[in-house]
Amino acid sequence: MTPPTDRKLLTPEEYRQAQASPEFTELRRRFRSFAVPMTVAFLAWYLLYVLLSTYAHDFMSTQVFGNVNIGILLGLGQFVTTFLITQLYVRHAGRSTDPIADEMRQRLEAHEFAGPREETPRG
Amino acid sequence: MADLIAADAGTIGEPAVNISIFAVFVLITLVITFKASRNNKSAADFYAAGRNISGTQNGLAIAGDYLSAASFLGIAGAIAVYGYDGFLYSIGFLVAWLVALLLVAELLRNTARFTMADVLAFRMRQGPVRTAAAISTLVVSLFYLLAQMAGAGGLVTLLLGVSGEAAQAFTVVVVGALMIFYVLVGGMRGTTYVQVIKATLLIIGAFVMTVWVLGKYGFNLSALIGGAIDSGGQAVAEPGAQYGLSNVTRLDFISLGLALVLGTAGLPHVLMRFYTVPTAKDARRSVVVAIWLIGIFYIFSLVIGYGAGALVGREEILGAPGGVNAAAPLLAFELGGTALLGIISGIAFATILAVVAGLTITASASFAHDIYASVIKKGQAPPNSEVKVARITAIVIGAVAIGLGILALQAGLNIAFLVALAFAVAASANLPTILYTLFWKNFTTQGALWSIYGGLIACVTLIVFSPVVSGAAVNPTTGKSTSLFQDVDFHWFPLNNPGLVSIPLSFFLGWLGTKLSKEKPDAVKYAELEVRSLTGIGAEKAVQH
Repeated sequence: MTPPTDRKLLTPEEYRQAQASPEFTELRRRFRSFAVPMTVAFLAWYLLYVLLSTYAHDFMSTQVFGNVNIGILLGLGQFVTTFLITQLYVRHAGRSTDPIADEMRQRLEAHEFAGPREETPRG
Repeated sequence: MADLIAADAGTIGEPAVNISIFAVFVLITLVITFKASRNNKSAADFYAAGRNISGTQNGLAIAGDYLSAASFLGIAGAIAVYGYDGFLYSIGFLVAWLVALLLVAELLRNTARFTMADVLAFRMRQGPVRTAAAISTLVVSLFYLLAQMAGAGGLVTLLLGVSGEAAQAFTVVVVGALMIFYVLVGGMRGTTYVQVIKATLLIIGAFVMTVWVLGKYGFNLSALIGGAIDSGGQAVAEPGAQYGLSNVTRLDFISLGLALVLGTAGLPHVLMRFYTVPTAKDARRSVVVAIWLIGIFYIFSLVIGYGAGALVGREEILGAPGGVNAAAPLLAFELGGTALLGIISGIAFATILAVVAGLTITASASFAHDIYASVIKKGQAPPNSEVKVARITAIVIGAVAIGLGILALQAGLNIAFLVALAFAVAASANLPTILYTLFWKNFTTQGALWSIYGGLIACVTLIVFSPVVSGAAVNPTTGKSTSLFQDVDFHWFPLNNPGLVSIPLSFFLGWLGTKLSKEKPDAVKYAELEVRSLTGIGAEKAVQH
């Protein structure tokens, strides 16, 4: 039902050329250099929290003020870091990866990766 | 309060008020669903709302999908009864969204059309991988459905004054029938609007209760926790009330934590929501909106949970019909009497309806699009027949959910806990394969099949032979075992949640299957997948009406 009529499909060769291009290498590097370390970091912080809750009962029960203990504060800390990482990612994507992705998409739509610097026959 | 419960055969509030508030919600959403049904001809309309939903709307709808009865009733109940250990559910459920935001949402929007299988089968042999992904989609959705239906039945028992197994079963049938109707008529667009309305109501309702509870304690968190301690003992403020009993329960806690954080980005009904927006940037926007809404809501549930523990009391909650899941409604009654109870329970009921509709559409889309159109008809299905098959599947799935719901309801399981099992299956069968597909160049068909089937089979097998299904100790308060089946014991796996074993196993099998694979990875298709996923070229466009 989705008619592919007005969409000019890219050839496998174009995808290969695009994948091998320096700008794509840079795009991938920028994407992964944020996503991968950040994922490792928040998972490690989360697992540390779970392990502390499980095996460091007395430490987590240390009262900080009133009835609020370290466990509850660290738990709320998980909320804070989640919100923080979310906003950091939005900023990173907007500044660092979106511009390259947008530019590459436009060039791909114009079939500029079709061959080694030759004009494409299809307009 | 105690007298009221005892006197009225286990009902609180006025059933008439509760029913009318709920009926108003059903009426409003039915009208909206009818309006939304006008443009529901093509598969893109039926499955993906024509990809015309805005990022913010979709963020609300994701929150609506995610803040299921498990989140509202289950987490508040777990915090009320077990205190701190209940809090972990909400943290795991929230942090999990970062996996979806950073690694999955945008890449998926750029590369797939309707279902999870679209991306998993992208660079693999279509038939086997699609079939595997569809089976896993169906299993996860059924687990999730089971939890929601059980929640619906329990809630209704409490609120509408029906008791007895036949009456409960009847309620589950009504919920099932309503949900089938939403899906058949409204498709994804109708379902989305129902989610948006429901999420808005739910968050407002939770906000009101939170402020009310905090107001009673002079807006002092320490005083509130003090109130909960007075009623439930010092243990509710410290970790370990539920899971600290032995080394086995501690491992169970870690297993649960792992399943929660890795499950979200593998939930098919969550993934499917990313296809309803026009571009990957809108998908990002929707996850960001969802994270904020869900996070704020869970902070509310911390207050609501401790509030219920403090103001209603642990014993009262455990003794009420619906047990742990009754904490939030009981608190609403304690705070605002019949009116607030009616509103909160109407919202909770709406929640279940909306989530169940979202799950049904996901499961039926997966069957119609992946199994029927792609595998059976090899992509040659006549136009419209796919949507027709999806509608028929929705009816079948609805019927199955009704049957399972009645079973789960009678066993009285905590619904947050049942949902955690759905997360374990999603984290085991789906997430490893999704990540390998998107990021590992050498991943092959065999690797995909091993990780999907390996994770799925390991996870479900371990659940079947866990205390969830048989052999759990009998609860002295209710005189029933917490297992699904009473009076039998065939369990040998000690943990309630299998994630600790099945998730690493699935990652390992995906790697091993790839390494032992005779066929070479499809480098051409990987180039296409990688370029499309990061740049958005060739992504499905929104439907123009």
